[in-house]
Amino acid sequence: MAEVKQAPVLRLYNVAKTFVTPHGNVRAVEPVTLDIRQGEFISVIGPSGCGKSTLMNIVGGLIEDYEGSVEVDGIQVRGCHKEIGMVFQEESAFPWRTALDNVTFPMEAAGIAKDERVRRAMELLHLVGLDGFEKRFPSELSGGMRQRIAIARTLAFRPRILLMDEPFAALDEQTRLLLGDKVLQIQQELNQTTMLITHNIAEAVQLSDRVLIMSFRPGRIKRVVEIDLPHPRSSKMMGGERFGQLVATIWEDLREEASKGLQELERVKN
Amino acid sequence: MASTTASTRFALPPLLIRFLVIAGLVGLWEIASNSGWVNAFTAPAPSSVWKGFVKILAEGGLGEAMVLTFTTALLAATLGAVVGIASGYMLHIWKAAGEAYTSWLAALASAPLVLLYPLFLVIFGRNMWTVVAMGAIGCTPPIALKAKEGLDGVKPVLLNVGRTFNLTPKQQFWMIMFPASLPSIFTGIRIGLLFAIINVVGVEFLVNVGGLGQLIAHLGDRFDYPQMYAGIFFVILVSVAFFWITEKLEKWLLSNT
Repeated sequence: MAEVKQAPVLRLYNVAKTFVTPHGNVRAVEPVTLDIRQGEFISVIGPSGCGKSTLMNIVGGLIEDYEGSVEVDGIQVRGCHKEIGMVFQEESAFPWRTALDNVTFPMEAAGIAKDERVRRAMELLHLVGLDGFEKRFPSELSGGMRQRIAIARTLAFRPRILLMDEPFAALDEQTRLLLGDKVLQIQQELNQTTMLITHNIAEAVQLSDRVLIMSFRPGRIKRVVEIDLPHPRSSKMMGGERFGQLVATIWEDLREEASKGLQELERVKN
Repeated sequence: MASTTASTRFALPPLLIRFLVIAGLVGLWEIASNSGWVNAFTAPAPSSVWKGFVKILAEGGLGEAMVLTFTTALLAATLGAVVGIASGYMLHIWKAAGEAYTSWLAALASAPLVLLYPLFLVIFGRNMWTVVAMGAIGCTPPIALKAKEGLDGVKPVLLNVGRTFNLTPKQQFWMIMFPASLPSIFTGIRIGLLFAIINVVGVEFLVNVGGLGQLIAHLGDRFDYPQMYAGIFFVILVSVAFFWITEKLEKWLLSNT
């Protein structure tokens, strides 16, 4: 895939974050340094409360007060940036807009002519497999379809980097697998640089070129696992031997962190 | 399960029950009034109320009065909506004020503000503007409350979507916050419109500046009870129709925006 070693599209350099709370300072993310190449698919996996969403929100620009730097094509960015698109875990399709009008939304805000934005939105709806549903409102569609609207809407902004924060977390397992295939297909068709936050190991292995395992709070990158499964990938590979080995490797590292998280949770509850 | 089946078998459609009950009450009243159980002068039979209705419709100026009352109420509600939505927005963005005044606003919404009419008579004089102002005063609190509730309730993730798309603050409001809180704002406007009608008819009744309220007051003063009741029932029916139309309109607008 990424045969040429080119300059990274996204570079995180010593990115760290401490939250100031009434109960004292909470170190959410320890300095993280990371390079992501054009077209690469990266997953960040970690136990609940490891700061992975914080990291995501820093890269996406929703958190502006942090240490270190985020660079896109070598230029430092802070705050929301048009080169970085985000897909959220929660339901985020606008219920008052049809599927088509949801996807045209960012282009409308940017003042792109109507014909052009409708044309591009139709292409994207086709890409996410929602042909024929463009006039439907989100309430008339399934959860998986609504999440695909959100993905198409984010892609409509033509971001260099697509960030996805557990986008399948609210979906059932089968939908999640099929949607994973869809995301892979899109990522390959557009050569879309993608960063996914997840707590699902199989999902991370199925989709990624590299999986970053984060430690429990304060979050730091504990280990990077290269996923050497051949491309193109699909959920059909999940029964394979290598797939199983990779899942086991990741779980070994993650298990320790997850149990730390669980202990911490129980301690707080008591 | 058996009892449910039995009860559904004999159940009448709600709409039919509604009309049967009303028809029954009207019939009972007709009999009571004609047979002298109740005083036919103070409680005239429905048949004479109907004749009264035909009369005020033909020569009593019912049509004109209705047009005046509803124009006034609509004007009042429009004014109330502008002021209400703006205040709701202020209470939303200025959190301290929101916390300080929301409960007062709720108290105002349930207070009989129509009693403030002497004050407005002094300010505006005995004319239509007093009625408009009283109507607007009545509908502003519920509209402001529902607008604030709607704006407060916009899901943070929707706002984050706007932020990641680099929306300007103005776009953020008009393209996300406003449509997201529209269902709540509509409900506020609908309640506000009803409050406006109540206040408008009430003030018309009290200060004699035309409209349905004044018409009913005059008929009462002349002891023309069949026509007075006709007027009162007419106001009730029109209000019910108004409520129904705005409800349908709200549903239609929300499914098409």
